[in-house]
Amino acid sequence: MAEPLLSVRDLVVEFPTRRGTLRALDRVSFDIGEGEVLGMVGESGAGKSITGSAIIGLIDRPGRIAGGEIRLRGERIDTLPEDKLRRIRGKRIGMVFQDPLTSLNPLYTVAQQLIETIRTHLDVSEREARERAVALLDQVGIPAARRRIDDYPHHFSGGMRQRVVIALALAAEPELVIADEPTTALDVSVQAQIIDVLRDICADRGAAVMLITHDMGVIAETADRVAVLYAGRMAEIGPVRDVIKAAEHPYTSGLMGSIPTLAQTADRLTQIPGSMPRLDAIPQGCAFNPRCPRVMPHCRTDQPPLTPRAQGRQVACWLYAPAGAAHG
Amino acid sequence: MIAFILRRLAQSVVVMLVVALISFALFRYVGDPVASLLGQEATAADREALRARLGLDQPIWVQFYEYIGRVLRGDFGISYRLQQPVAQLIMQRLPATLELALVSGIAAFVFGVALGVYTALNRRGWISNAIMTISLIGVSLPTFLIGVLLIWVFAVELQWLPSFGRGEVVELGWWRTGFLTESGRAALILPAITLGLYQLTLIMRLVRAEMLEVLRTDYIRFARARGLSNRAIHFGHALKNTLVPVITITGLQMGSIIAFAIITETVFQWPGVGAFFINAVRFVDVPVMAAYLMLIALIFVVINLIVDLLYYVVDPRLRVDRGAARH
Repeated sequence: MAEPLLSVRDLVVEFPTRRGTLRALDRVSFDIGEGEVLGMVGESGAGKSITGSAIIGLIDRPGRIAGGEIRLRGERIDTLPEDKLRRIRGKRIGMVFQDPLTSLNPLYTVAQQLIETIRTHLDVSEREARERAVALLDQVGIPAARRRIDDYPHHFSGGMRQRVVIALALAAEPELVIADEPTTALDVSVQAQIIDVLRDICADRGAAVMLITHDMGVIAETADRVAVLYAGRMAEIGPVRDVIKAAEHPYTSGLMGSIPTLAQTADRLTQIPGSMPRLDAIPQGCAFNPRCPRVMPHCRTDQPPLTPRAQGRQVACWLYAPAGAAHG
Repeated sequence: MIAFILRRLAQSVVVMLVVALISFALFRYVGDPVASLLGQEATAADREALRARLGLDQPIWVQFYEYIGRVLRGDFGISYRLQQPVAQLIMQRLPATLELALVSGIAAFVFGVALGVYTALNRRGWISNAIMTISLIGVSLPTFLIGVLLIWVFAVELQWLPSFGRGEVVELGWWRTGFLTESGRAALILPAITLGLYQLTLIMRLVRAEMLEVLRTDYIRFARARGLSNRAIHFGHALKNTLVPVITITGLQMGSIIAFAIITETVFQWPGVGAFFINAVRFVDVPVMAAYLMLIALIFVVINLIVDLLYYVVDPRLRVDRGAARH
């Protein structure tokens, strides 16, 4: 198998607090292949955004990576010193944040912010950088880019600003783009457009995408594979079609059952009883066990390992663990 | 832009008119100017004659109108005590106050911003903690005490710097400057520190708080995620946003520096308008008090106007939105 673009192994992120250390991520592992779109879903607080922040080394203090490793094309990046990491941020891994209204510096024009980013990473002249910037804005679908580039962020609508943010994330031709809920803050009518822009421009450049969202619809349409996080642990990961059609982890099935479809006419959507535990109250064994409809005795004592299944799927559930692993 | 300036100018004129009214009321109701001018032996006829000559028998609004007219021509009357035109007396003393205020204002801003940025960026360092602790002293000690302490240490004990006066001055036209002589510059140091210290600590604490706030924003996070250098993030992106609110406060503080130079000037016997004003109060020299009031109001109004324009330059959001949103 070819080396993956990004490889995350047993990533642990901890936040020391007064009442003990909280594990925001507990041994999370996944790969992203060249040009692949990996969807990352989960409830709020499941650790999706922290995974994204950990990859580019921007976890808010006092949080820290407490274990595991992150490799970009085989090279470890989680242990790099700040100045080397900076050359990866923006240059090799681009990032798109949730809220386009606050992601742009209000006091600088779009051109200034784009040119600054381009010239930080690429050795080009001011004029060349400007040409690239105009081309980028054009590609993300900003009309009359050449005229509008000297406008300030507040001159743009939310959807247009998110296009600018995408242009900024792609300014230095990164190999991977981490999009952290890029459409959550936007009007429903422009969400689809933004996702299309993001997908197309990345496909164009062969950039892989890690798409963090809680919108399964977006994942279904956009992603190649999907990773499901629950309480800081990887529950299930696999090709989108398979996971949606035949979820293996009971949490994933519950998640899929709670999505309204046009085909079914149900009075009530199925819901998962209870709520995701807080980080300081994760139960022993499988984190999902108190809510799981198919819970078994040893789910309450032992944490299930992420187990390989058919078609490159992996699932962390005792229902699928090889016999004997439970008490191994 | 022009509409904005015109609107602000109109507001300024209104403010100045109100201040003129107050200053006019001072003349009219603080003591009787006729009695002040003639003394006790004057006859009733003398009083009536002077009253008519000064226009005090006119209706009140005519008097106010004429007062405004005189003020606009730079005529603030004659000092009761010194028997010289007030405008001339103030102009003689204004350069001393302006030079002092300018030096302490610039020093307060430069050091305030620098220390504020430093303490915000090195939040947990012991130097930052030391600076923050010392700044508390700067905020809480009264100005006159700081002045007296400085005099004691640097003028009396160490004898490095003069304890009072302006040193030698050089006349540049009507402007007497202390910048050009060594003794003038030396004499400026202690009063400038005294006057600027409070503003410095205030600006520093404000810059620190704003900077910490800005460093938490999404656009700083996004700037980091784009791999910009710390230098570009801290001084390009964060500092500029920090300065938007800081400019307003600093501007207003510049006004206070000039207005409240009174105490510093008294402590250091600095021959400026503040000390002059205190003497005027002591002798109930109403024309001087009224003129000083107008002068300080004018300085505040002008500084406010400049601050508004600076805001406009720094923050692009105001340039279009204000005009569009208000009409």
